Amino acid sequence: MNLSTGPAIAAMIGAIVLSATAGDVFIASAMRSIGDLDQIKETRGFQGAVWAVVSEGRFLAGATCMALSFFSLLFSLSHADVSLIAPAAGSLTFVSNAVAAKWVLHENVDRRRWLAAIFVCCGVALLKS
Amino acid sequence: MNTSTMTVRRYLVLGLVALTSAFGDTLLAVGMKRVGPVSLSHPDALLFALRTPWVLGGVLLLVVFFASYLTALSWADLTFVLPATSLAYVAIAFLSRFWLHEQISAERWLGIALITAGVGFVTQGPAYTARHSADAAFTGSLQEGK
Repeated sequence: MNLSTGPAIAAMIGAIVLSATAGDVFIASAMRSIGDLDQIKETRGFQGAVWAVVSEGRFLAGATCMALSFFSLLFSLSHADVSLIAPAAGSLTFVSNAVAAKWVLHENVDRRRWLAAIFVCCGVALLKS
Repeated sequence: MNTSTMTVRRYLVLGLVALTSAFGDTLLAVGMKRVGPVSLSHPDALLFALRTPWVLGGVLLLVVFFASYLTALSWADLTFVLPATSLAYVAIAFLSRFWLHEQISAERWLGIALITAGVGFVTQGPAYTARHSADAAFTGSLQEGK
């Protein structure tokens, strides 16, 4: 099976972006439910803060998704050039994160934040090209 | 302290996220160039790489990056933290130019300008969406998906 075709590479980039976005969303949700880590450190100490993070299921799900994203990246790099994969995956992740933050985390993604996501997306694409 | 209040200390945490990411990646790049190509038939070379000061330093910086990233997400939105910390890409470009003496093309300078403008946009607004409503909404989204 030839994995160097356009659709196959697009699927690989999609897998990287989806797993990275899922990882960020799960971890952001976990940290939101845990609360301000600085305050937790003050009351329960450093070990208490670490335990609060690693015992949260959504954090573990996020870390798993990030590991999947990393291995998807390694796999895709063995089939396509880094000059294609890195800018495409890196920049699309900013936009997909903004969409997920708006519709899944229900963050207040106003016009300013959409502009920031699009500017950073284009900037990362140019930097990595 | 209000979760939406951005203090000097919190801006320093965001800066730490960007800088540790940039320096961590750069140290890893320098270290792996010195180690040389790692073959799949000799994966133990990766363990050797971990014992070199450059790679070890890079890994330690990336641990600090992850800890400060989690801290930032505990008091700011994902859509605030990600663009703000994308200054790491700008820092990497400057490190590449002035430390590794790589050339930076006009397109990359334009990319740096766009990222800086994007960070400028996002840091002008509030850092955090009201906690209880957003958290309840996320839990609701998960339950709807079941």
